[in-house]
Amino acid sequence: MTIVFYTASAVAIIATILMLTRANAVHALLDLIVSLLAVAVIFFVLGAPFVAALEVIIYAGAIMVLFVFVVMLLNLGEPATRAERALLRPSMWIVPSVFAAILLAEFIWLLVSGDVPPSAVAGIEAKETGMALFGQYLIGVELASMLLLGGLVAAYHLGWRKVPQTEATHVSHP
Amino acid sequence: MTSPYPIVTMIVILAAALTLAAGLIWVERRLLALWQDRYGPNRVGPFGLLQVLADMIKIFFKEDWIPPFADKAVFIVAPAVILVTVLMSFAVVPFAPGIIISDLNVGLLFVLGMSSLGVYSVVLAGWASENKYALLGGVRAAAQMMSYEVFMGLALMGVVLLAGSFNLTSIVTAQRHVWFVVPQFIGFVLFLIAGVAETRRLPFDLPEAESELIAGFHSEYSGMKFGMFFVGEYLGVILISCLITILFFGGWLGPVLPPIVWFLIKMMFFICFFILLRAALPRPRFDQLMSWGWKVMLPLALANLLVTGAVALVWSS
Repeated sequence: MTIVFYTASAVAIIATILMLTRANAVHALLDLIVSLLAVAVIFFVLGAPFVAALEVIIYAGAIMVLFVFVVMLLNLGEPATRAERALLRPSMWIVPSVFAAILLAEFIWLLVSGDVPPSAVAGIEAKETGMALFGQYLIGVELASMLLLGGLVAAYHLGWRKVPQTEATHVSHP
Repeated sequence: MTSPYPIVTMIVILAAALTLAAGLIWVERRLLALWQDRYGPNRVGPFGLLQVLADMIKIFFKEDWIPPFADKAVFIVAPAVILVTVLMSFAVVPFAPGIIISDLNVGLLFVLGMSSLGVYSVVLAGWASENKYALLGGVRAAAQMMSYEVFMGLALMGVVLLAGSFNLTSIVTAQRHVWFVVPQFIGFVLFLIAGVAETRRLPFDLPEAESELIAGFHSEYSGMKFGMFFVGEYLGVILISCLITILFFGGWLGPVLPPIVWFLIKMMFFICFFILLRAALPRPRFDQLMSWGWKVMLPLALANLLVTGAVALVWSS
């Protein structure tokens, strides 16, 4: 299991780095999907099969399909790839690298100080996840659902327009 | 309750699924011919059974052409994705007690996850082909499968509520007294429709509607890559039939005959039903398909879940 964990972690890191450096939007999305799947494997190995399944269904299977769908609908092609490549200048990497370095330093400090939370977690089944979500964290779930509903109503409002009925009648009576 | 020889089970199930998928091509052509009052393939071998073999030899030796304008890497990966995701799903399908590769606790969610990953195959094939018909097919596939996946999962939650588990073996054993098709009839109908849409079979084959999009997402595919989409579609039909059998019709449960025979009888019945659907129904328009999914099926699935939950709550208290 340790080997599976480290392999999946390596895949996740490499796929994420590839995702950041791709100029083609669809290729970047594919790398992100691989990274999400690797994270799902990590969840599974850590004893949370329910969360792993949700990661695959919701993140890799639903949200990323929407992303791919939008990119396909826009179908930007070669000009967008060139514009993106121009954006990926070395100077663009300075700020993200500094932040990443801070995180890395924190992580190393945590590892060295030995103040790490216990990693051997017992298996968490669907029931425990559900009870935590709809018991202890109920307010968070409700807030998230309200936010999503607000987004849905707003998107519907923005996308709604009255279809003019007059054109069709003109065509039918030449 | 996994089998003592997992590798043997794995190989047997893999071989059986692939053989059945190939055999289904013959079954489908013969049945369609029967319903349309003609013969169908009946020349090669007894009852035309070897027609499949002839077709396979042909497709293996066809030129496998990649268009120069296509996105080569994605173009090659796309057909593999569908086969991998569908075959992975078979890993958690309990065919009979002991005939299962992995008795996963979240088996049902695993199948749903794999089916949602299967969408990428069609979508990426459409995108990588750099062909407007293929792209339209891919866009249609993405929209269709996104919409129908939502209530596919919701329709199954009634079964999960009644069985109290995501494990497919426990779901089957929970139906010892009554098949879930009786208390969950709406769920069954919703899942059946969503299943047809997920496998992109007629009447939901709009991503490849040949009358308007040539062949949709696989217009540019040839040779064995096209064959993989083809086999993937038939494997999908087998998988959905297996799932209907397990979730709503008591899986291997049945009197007298051995469990695996019952399973296969029920599964074949639903496969034939899929083929009958193709012979009987016309293709809807795409906007009809979408509004049907979101305005009828989704509210129905939610109402079904609500009522099932309320009844289960009253029953248990």
